[in-house]
Amino acid sequence: MTEVSHAKLSNAQIAWRAAQDIEDGAYVNLGIGFPEMVAQFQPPGRQAIFHTENGILDFGAAPARGEEDWDLINAGKKAVTLKPGTAFFHHADSFAMVRGGHLDVAILGAYEVAQNGDLANWSTGRGGIPAVGGAMDLVQSAKRVAVLTDHVTKDGMPKLVSECTLPLTGVACVTRIYTSLAVVDVVDGRFVLREKVPAVTLEELQSVTGAPLHIDGAVADLICPDEPA
Amino acid sequence: MDKTFPSLADAVSVIPDGATVMIGGFGGSGAPIELIHALIDQGARHLTVINNNAGNGHVGLAALIEQGRVDKLICSFPRSADPTVFAEAYKAGRIELEIVPQGTLAERIRAGGAGIPAFYTPTAFGTQVAEGKPTEVFEGRSYVRERWLKADFALIKGELGDQHGNMTYRMAARNFNPIMATAATTTIAQVSRIVPPGGIDPEHVVTPGIFVRRLVEVSAPSQEEELNRAEAVYP
Repeated sequence: MTEVSHAKLSNAQIAWRAAQDIEDGAYVNLGIGFPEMVAQFQPPGRQAIFHTENGILDFGAAPARGEEDWDLINAGKKAVTLKPGTAFFHHADSFAMVRGGHLDVAILGAYEVAQNGDLANWSTGRGGIPAVGGAMDLVQSAKRVAVLTDHVTKDGMPKLVSECTLPLTGVACVTRIYTSLAVVDVVDGRFVLREKVPAVTLEELQSVTGAPLHIDGAVADLICPDEPA
Repeated sequence: MDKTFPSLADAVSVIPDGATVMIGGFGGSGAPIELIHALIDQGARHLTVINNNAGNGHVGLAALIEQGRVDKLICSFPRSADPTVFAEAYKAGRIELEIVPQGTLAERIRAGGAGIPAFYTPTAFGTQVAEGKPTEVFEGRSYVRERWLKADFALIKGELGDQHGNMTYRMAARNFNPIMATAATTTIAQVSRIVPPGGIDPEHVVTPGIFVRRLVEVSAPSQEEELNRAEAVYP
């Protein structure tokens, strides 16, 4: 681990920070796993409408154990619930919503993000079984493509890099990255630092980032609730 | 006209060795488990299967693979809670895999059903999935040409069906089922209830009967998730 690990945000805090940027009424797709947490942290007074690839718009949270209906699941195959206003549709319509540019935000995980916005998140390139799902469709066509990720790998290597080394999910597609240490935008082929956790210096942050962090205006403190709710 | 069949065995009897078979469902939701199990009993081999996934546990598509009936699988996401059956077959070289991004898979099927041999999509441009495929720039943006996907048979699951083949679906079990119904020469559907013509409000028909050839009633269909929680194995 790196020397900055003491300052890291939890996954819940990263998800909370990403949720603050989702506008009221936005149509949002959350990737399976970690990004699904974003739905828990919608700011009061705002209501996003969540899309899942398998054909639901505006679904609710997980049901109580034992109340699951296995015809009512999300893309992660987890049970969800109906809400007033839920809509069902088939897979070609679901991806017409995606590919047709109707989704406001897609939020995904990442193995690597390059400074030009290239994303690698589907294959470790080590000969496992490849599985892409809907990620390649989402990243090319949602209006905003945000990534949630630890700032570094488990081995302490940068995940924000000059060029991806792993197989790409999409080219120049990521617009904003929420990491365990910072909020970084991709602007004109460069990483632009917007926020960083106060306990880490700019030099420390740069030392765990694989491409130059540019400053364009003020860098805000990245402060999240200890226990986001 | 009556497209209903008295039994699952009768409904799947026409599927020969070497057939290409679309199987509806997303994970277990909308998966026609009983039709798949009837296909296992029927014995057809050397199948090419098109599904979003690669099966879970030891029932449904996973069981079909475990019985050695599938030579090739076209899917977007061959991972699941228990992907052992597919993973072992793949690592042993017993099954060929074509990975297709999920939206491209859906649109290739839609195109197959609609008589559109190819289309352009922004999905996968610049990735290894697009290697070797023609590309073209439209209005300043790059797109990949993808081809239609058709099948000899589709096995699908619905909620209500009538003797004409008109169908409805249940919640998110709709997923790939309606588009696969359009893209196969012979679509075989299991539904929870067969009703007389007029038993489905025309406003509520999702799959019009023209796309469905054979219909069989399975009144209490299995859910893959529940079978797997009970550690079921087929056969």
